Amino acid sequence: MAMSREQIATRVARELKDGYYVNLGIGIPTLVANYVPDDIEVMLQSENGLLGMGPFPTDSEVDADMINAGKQTVTAATGASIFSSAESFAMIRGGHVDLTVLGAFEVDVMGNIASWMIPGKLIKGMGGAMDLVAGADNIIVTMTHASKHGESKLLDRCSLPLTGAGCINKVLTDLAYLEIKDQAFILKERAPGVSVDEIVAKTAGKLIVPDHVPEIEF
Amino acid sequence: MSGFNKVVDSYEEAMAGLTDGMTVLAGGFGLCGIPENLIAQIKKSAVKDLTVVSNNCGVDGFGLGVLLEDRQIKKMISSYVGENALFEKQLLAGELEVELTPQGTLAEKMRAGGAGIPAFYTATGFGTPVGEGKEVREFADKSYILEESITGDFAIVKGWKADKFGNVIYRHTAQNFNPLAATAGKITVVEVEEIVEPGELDPTQIHTPGIYVNRVIKGNFEKRIEQRTVRD
Repeated sequence: MAMSREQIATRVARELKDGYYVNLGIGIPTLVANYVPDDIEVMLQSENGLLGMGPFPTDSEVDADMINAGKQTVTAATGASIFSSAESFAMIRGGHVDLTVLGAFEVDVMGNIASWMIPGKLIKGMGGAMDLVAGADNIIVTMTHASKHGESKLLDRCSLPLTGAGCINKVLTDLAYLEIKDQAFILKERAPGVSVDEIVAKTAGKLIVPDHVPEIEF
Repeated sequence: MSGFNKVVDSYEEAMAGLTDGMTVLAGGFGLCGIPENLIAQIKKSAVKDLTVVSNNCGVDGFGLGVLLEDRQIKKMISSYVGENALFEKQLLAGELEVELTPQGTLAEKMRAGGAGIPAFYTATGFGTPVGEGKEVREFADKSYILEESITGDFAIVKGWKADKFGNVIYRHTAQNFNPLAATAGKITVVEVEEIVEPGELDPTQIHTPGIYVNRVIKGNFEKRIEQRTVRD
């Protein structure tokens, strides 16, 4: 069966290491914060200028001057720091963030990512996504493997305008965990109960399937 | 008397000199840390054909969104404009021009502009529509695009506290783009919640030194919240 949003977040959380500074995008990536293992500490970076994002405030703690990049009211964790947008993106562009998790419409075997613009639909803007993908070395893209109509989102070449070129090498979909290397997707793990055949059928880009593809365990 | 006293008493005085066709840099992220009274004064002044540089364009009826109501904005330079139905309508009708700019590039454009750096190379946007038509250069086998910096005729900024000399401190994440805009305006106007005497703010805690600031005014703020999220 395809993984739920919570299972995808749980799997991503296994990539976290003690002492990591992490930027989580909007959507499934945000859920990862709920699955940080108890025995490690990570600090969440929010690109509007907060390193050390805490939980949502209680009703009495709500402060209009304290929001995250999704414009939600938040708190600062113990040991947090707050700074300008230029400082925030210096961290991101300078490669200081240990792990970035974000969503996408499409990825391809070249490591290209499209996540911000669908021609013909209203363009709302890229926000910080282009900076995040260009600046980070360690990025995990979370997305559904195929559209509702069954069209693959893992392609030989992205069809939509790019967010970044040649910057992605790890993709976690609802069906599989894949890495991108030498212009191919490499199938590393599959969702519980999902067959290799199904993943092959739903991957349009060049896919390398090793002899053994373990199931993700929960 | 002190030549360093930047305090003005009225919003008319704070925005005096703003005329049609000027470029205005505005601090704020979403509705957090926006110079809401300075924006309201721009609406009142009815200047038009403005180019506004701000991460977002407010919401319908609040923040920079109010400047759309009378079509005072000709062009927006922003990273994300998805919260505003009137913006969408004017954009689709061709009444409004928008230059979408990655958030970090936008911040750096203002920072560089204020620091006298005319352009800089960044990897952000290479190989994307943002990079089209821009000079590309390789450094250590990685490709970068040349982005030009931004300065404005006016910068409008929201601070927490300022002293009369224009030294400013921001509060929490209401800092965001404010200190960057502050450096890059020919005339920088800061509205704050409290004005204190010089010497009352700790010099080591100042975010924006007074050298960047031309006018300071004390305002009252609604501080509207875009997405109130709470835990039990």
